[in-house]
Amino acid sequence: MTTTDPDEPMTTPEAVSKAQVAKAGPRALARQRRRRSAARFWHRYGTHRAGLFGLAALGLFALIALTAPLTVGSGVQSVTDAPGRPMESPSAEFPLGTDQFGRSLLGLVVWGSRVSLLVGLLAAVLSVAIGALIGITAGHFRGWYATVMMRITDWFLVMPTLVLAIALATVMSRSLGTIILAIGVTTWPTTARLVRAQTLAVESRPYIERAKALGGGHWHVMSRHVLPNVMPLVLAQTTLIISSAILAEATLAFLGLGDPTVVSWGGLLQDAREAGAVSAGKWWYLVPPGIAIAVVALAFTLCGRAVESVLNPRLGVAR
Amino acid sequence: MTAEATPSLVGKTDGPAGAGPSARGARARGTSGYPRYVAGKLGGAAVSLLAVLVTSFFLFRLIPGDPVKFMTGGRQVSAEQLAAYRREFGLDLPLWEQFTDYCGKALTGDLGTSYQFRAPVIDKITEALPNTLLLTGTSFVLYTALGIFLGTRAAWRSGGLGDRLNTGLALTLYSIPSFWLGLLLIIVFSVGIGPIPGLFPTGGMESGGEEGFAYVLDVAHHLVLPVVTLVAVEYGQTLLVTRSALLDEMGGDYLTTARAKGLRDDLVRRRHAVPNALLPTMTLIFINLGRTVAGVILVETVFSWPGLGGLFYQALSVPDLPLVQGLFFVFAAAVIVMNTLADLIYPLLDPRVGR
Repeated sequence: MTTTDPDEPMTTPEAVSKAQVAKAGPRALARQRRRRSAARFWHRYGTHRAGLFGLAALGLFALIALTAPLTVGSGVQSVTDAPGRPMESPSAEFPLGTDQFGRSLLGLVVWGSRVSLLVGLLAAVLSVAIGALIGITAGHFRGWYATVMMRITDWFLVMPTLVLAIALATVMSRSLGTIILAIGVTTWPTTARLVRAQTLAVESRPYIERAKALGGGHWHVMSRHVLPNVMPLVLAQTTLIISSAILAEATLAFLGLGDPTVVSWGGLLQDAREAGAVSAGKWWYLVPPGIAIAVVALAFTLCGRAVESVLNPRLGVAR
Repeated sequence: MTAEATPSLVGKTDGPAGAGPSARGARARGTSGYPRYVAGKLGGAAVSLLAVLVTSFFLFRLIPGDPVKFMTGGRQVSAEQLAAYRREFGLDLPLWEQFTDYCGKALTGDLGTSYQFRAPVIDKITEALPNTLLLTGTSFVLYTALGIFLGTRAAWRSGGLGDRLNTGLALTLYSIPSFWLGLLLIIVFSVGIGPIPGLFPTGGMESGGEEGFAYVLDVAHHLVLPVVTLVAVEYGQTLLVTRSALLDEMGGDYLTTARAKGLRDDLVRRRHAVPNALLPTMTLIFINLGRTVAGVILVETVFSWPGLGGLFYQALSVPDLPLVQGLFFVFAAAVIVMNTLADLIYPLLDPRVGR
């Protein structure tokens, strides 16, 4: 795909002269090549308006989450010294109103971003790490190992993800670790499939044979040759999975399977429902956490799609 | 746009060559190609179902604590009573005996007795199944039709304003948690905000006391909001897949031929491009149907719909082990059966796929 790009000078390994190798050494050359391809990546990413919008939204939310201890402080979660009366409508003092304990909803939504983003990130990293590990090893080692691994992958693939995650969250104790584990363990199979296909494609190239002939072992081939080649795919996959992990976290929290001691967006929605905000028509209690979930999930999806289409222009993603 | 046209041309040239060996292989194996393929797929599905059965048994034994304690709900119960409960639900047997018992009974359709309802699990499931099928079936037909229709439109004028709006809206709705959308719809259309009166019921499936045609209307009235919620969150995926499948077909020479014949634009689209683009979409459609049955848990919970999803939520809060186990099996089986159907139908629709 990358070689079809018209505005890129041909930099195939053959084009690199011996003199250059002598001057800079192979490591430096590899570094240079990576820097160039990263610059090319950003240049093309910049043409995706939706992707840039997603990135900006993510930056904003990351900033809100990181500065939350300074802006609202952890005291915002406290039920005992809540500043307002229960379920107040939005006012100058509480721009988004208050919850059933009289806590400021704005503060809670800001504070909740920390848990929602953290769980989303960690669950996605766990999921993609499992998927990449199984995908690369199943693509590298053929034979019974690959067969067994792909059978397991297929089996996880047919399980309804949400139902399995709910089941796992039910049987384990209520904590953030449980939620992360439940999401991570149920969402990896797609990544494993994609990474395995890419690994097979990379390993069929002649230079892998050369590396093996020069004495490169399994670890060398997988870490030095396969991994850098599947990394872009893994990156796109992570971005897309974070978005579904954030939705899954909200879902589990809404079903009452989350950690009851921390504030998260899904947990806020569950509180709202249990406090009767729905039947009382208090829409302003429900709107902010839901919008926060939707915006962050959408932002990650947009980024993921932009990355995907930079790597694979055939997808023709709308810009 | 050139980036889209070039690879699909490349795809066209290596298409027939790639199909060659597998077509020859099918001929060499004789005419038994498809029956053999079917047998393989059915065997695979049977193995998956068995694996799900085993998992559902062991997974829920991991729940910490004594199931009998949950049943009695913390009341003071004598030791004899506890022992009687254990005997009633077969919990006094060793684990492996419980397991063989469970498997043997499951094969005859007996999934055990629910702790909280004191009724056979299979009865509770068959009771709730038609309600879930009504809800998911209606939404499935609507979101598939909507997704394919809008996806075709978006791809045909790809890059245009319509495409951008359509894709953007689909992605946005896809990012919205279904339960949140459901709650908002309840507030706006059932409870009513300000001047808007409550137009639809807040939940459940019927108001009760209606008969005949009035009953049908009443159920339809209750069906509106849950169906709207499901359609809104689900149609985006169908739209995106249809769109990208059609974009893959757009560069095809046969479309140029069809245009050169003088066919009108929408005839080229309807008769030539869309049927080909629908092939990859078919797989997704079946998989979606299976997933919708499992994904309906939230919508049914929010709208108190008396289906499998609502039952699952109730069973989880106890937790009612046999019922959770049974429902877990039903949800997974729905996905497996639909995936297998997709695998079986696909070669019949697309002769290029190796049999």
